[in-house]
Amino acid sequence: MAKLPPYTTPAGYTWHYAYLVICGLIFMFLIFPLMVIMPLSFNASPYFTFTPEMLSLDPTGYSLRWYQDFFTNPNWQGAVKNSFIIAIFSTLISTFLGTLAALGLSRPNFPFRTTIMGILISPMIVPLIISAAGMYFFYSRINLQGTFTGVILAHAILATPFVLIAVTATLVGFDRNLTRSAASLGAAPMRVFFRIIVPLITPGVISGALFAFVTSFDEVVVILFVGSYRQRTIPWQMFSGIREQISPTILAVASILTVISICFLTCIELLRRRNEKHRGIRTT
Amino acid sequence: MRKINNINNNQEILTTADGVPLKASLNRALRRERNISLLLVTPLFVFVLIAFLFPIADMLFLSVDNKIVVEKLPRTVPLLADWDETGTVLPDEQIYKALVQDINAGTVDKTILRLGRRLNFEQGGMSSLFRRSVRKLKRLKEPESYKAATIRIHRKWGDLATWRLIKRLSGKFTPTYFYSAVDGGVDKAGHFVRNPENQRIYLKLFVRTILLSLLITLFTIILGYPISYLLATLPTKLSNLLMILVLLPFWTSLLVRTTSWITLLQREGVINDLLVWIGVVDNAHRLTMIHNQIGTIVAMTHILLPFMVLPLFSVMKTIPPNYMRAARSMGATQFRAFLRIYLPNTVPGIGAGCILVFILSIGYYITPSLVGGTSGTFISNLIAYHVQGSLNWGLGAALGTMLLMFVLALYVLYDKVVGLDNIKLG
Repeated sequence: MAKLPPYTTPAGYTWHYAYLVICGLIFMFLIFPLMVIMPLSFNASPYFTFTPEMLSLDPTGYSLRWYQDFFTNPNWQGAVKNSFIIAIFSTLISTFLGTLAALGLSRPNFPFRTTIMGILISPMIVPLIISAAGMYFFYSRINLQGTFTGVILAHAILATPFVLIAVTATLVGFDRNLTRSAASLGAAPMRVFFRIIVPLITPGVISGALFAFVTSFDEVVVILFVGSYRQRTIPWQMFSGIREQISPTILAVASILTVISICFLTCIELLRRRNEKHRGIRTT
Repeated sequence: MRKINNINNNQEILTTADGVPLKASLNRALRRERNISLLLVTPLFVFVLIAFLFPIADMLFLSVDNKIVVEKLPRTVPLLADWDETGTVLPDEQIYKALVQDINAGTVDKTILRLGRRLNFEQGGMSSLFRRSVRKLKRLKEPESYKAATIRIHRKWGDLATWRLIKRLSGKFTPTYFYSAVDGGVDKAGHFVRNPENQRIYLKLFVRTILLSLLITLFTIILGYPISYLLATLPTKLSNLLMILVLLPFWTSLLVRTTSWITLLQREGVINDLLVWIGVVDNAHRLTMIHNQIGTIVAMTHILLPFMVLPLFSVMKTIPPNYMRAARSMGATQFRAFLRIYLPNTVPGIGAGCILVFILSIGYYITPSLVGGTSGTFISNLIAYHVQGSLNWGLGAALGTMLLMFVLALYVLYDKVVGLDNIKLG
């Protein structure tokens, strides 16, 4: 696609450039909605659209008031705190359990591997609304509905499949001879684990943990059912904000979240490269 | 670690250094290995089982669970077994006495009103019947005839339909929630009948959910195919850069993307403003693009597009460019070469992407509820409504069961086409 072959006909040229324009439009469709909210979040007036002052680049048309609102409003600050508490604890639980299970499942001769894998990744398969309703009934009955414990457990459940998949991926094609040779050189099983297996799976564990964190941080269906105002997270607050009184503070929050996801994306990409370098895999 | 004891060659059984037969020793080692593997998986397995699968199974059970009638009317229900519900005679005095005792017993902790609410899902007016009865029966002191007194309190107790309903629902399990979920009910003889055309909502909503999801899937192919092709054929450096444009929306919060579309599509939004400014649309007749099906389709196509691009991209990456060159060299036009060579090779990717997008789309809740208005909502929104709003949990569970079965069937299909093991992240 980079260079057109010399036998290209004029129609071929036209089609090629038309195609590039179409692709450009599709990329615009993908990225434009995310970009448009950023300037709008600096709007001085409480509208969701560009005011004439903004279009004429008049400084009075811009302000940081919505960011100020976000950083001072106790509703939002509580949400930020809760989001981090819930995401951190559920990430810890899901990363620990998910990594253990991935190690177990990747060992040779594991019985009923496919079935068990299917069960373990079921939280990713079942539609969220059904998981949310099921947990809502169950947690209400055991008095966990509307508690941090309940929300953290629910999020940990939703996040484990991602950890499991990410760690399993690093163990695919894992050379068993590495552990065997370590053992034959006299390393105890624990030592083999920490010196051979841990360095190999670390990128998978970290990227799984990042996925788990983002899953919990972004999760909005289950928290609406299992959580209450006291466990409000950023998505919870955004959802009720959009439903009830929509204010441009939501745009400020959305812009901040977009910047955070850009950072996450960079982390994941760096990890992926590191993993490939470590294992000597080159993508062409 | 284990040395084979080969010193004595006459010995038939190979043993380890400590004299255990090699076969047994190996088996033991393998068993230990397997036990360790199982031990590693057990914590997560138990966690998922208790905190996820059990709650879901428990909820699905609500869709057939009906023990409330037997529980709240423990004296009445056994007596009703002998009453002929097809006849035209009301139950006798004994049953009315049992009913009064049951209601009075349930009044103490007010739980009897729950039964009224349950019966109200099947037939209107039941809730108020029970509320009134609870109020009045308290003052009822040893009447001459329980039957006459009860009917005086509310004439519905003298209505055969009320008793038929109670008798019909006196089993521990009931299919009635599923009947409601497919827009049906039962006639006097207890057979399934469909509701009149204008009262059918749930099946219509199922059909709408499926149609909209198909449409969204179609749009994601139309938009996803060209850019996947571009990404797969560009040099790695450039395509990695463009890939960010696909991955960024993928990684951005769902609510952020939904918010953006609200900003863009609403009446006073960016797109309408732009159209008015260009002069395509008159200021008084701004387009309504949100809180209807257009809003749902546009926003969800955007949200699910990466799920189509990623599988397509990974398949296209494996197609050698020489195939197309060969076709061209043998005289095929670009279009023909594409149609006959490239497209068939990408079918696995299209299949994987379609099923994935369709599965995700059919269970969507947040976006339809924020931008869908009334015409663009999905079946999930109704499930949520019945769980949190109307408290008709049985019906919510029945709808949920149907949705879950549908999704699981699609996953089996996905497993056959792609294999669940091939799910990749990012």
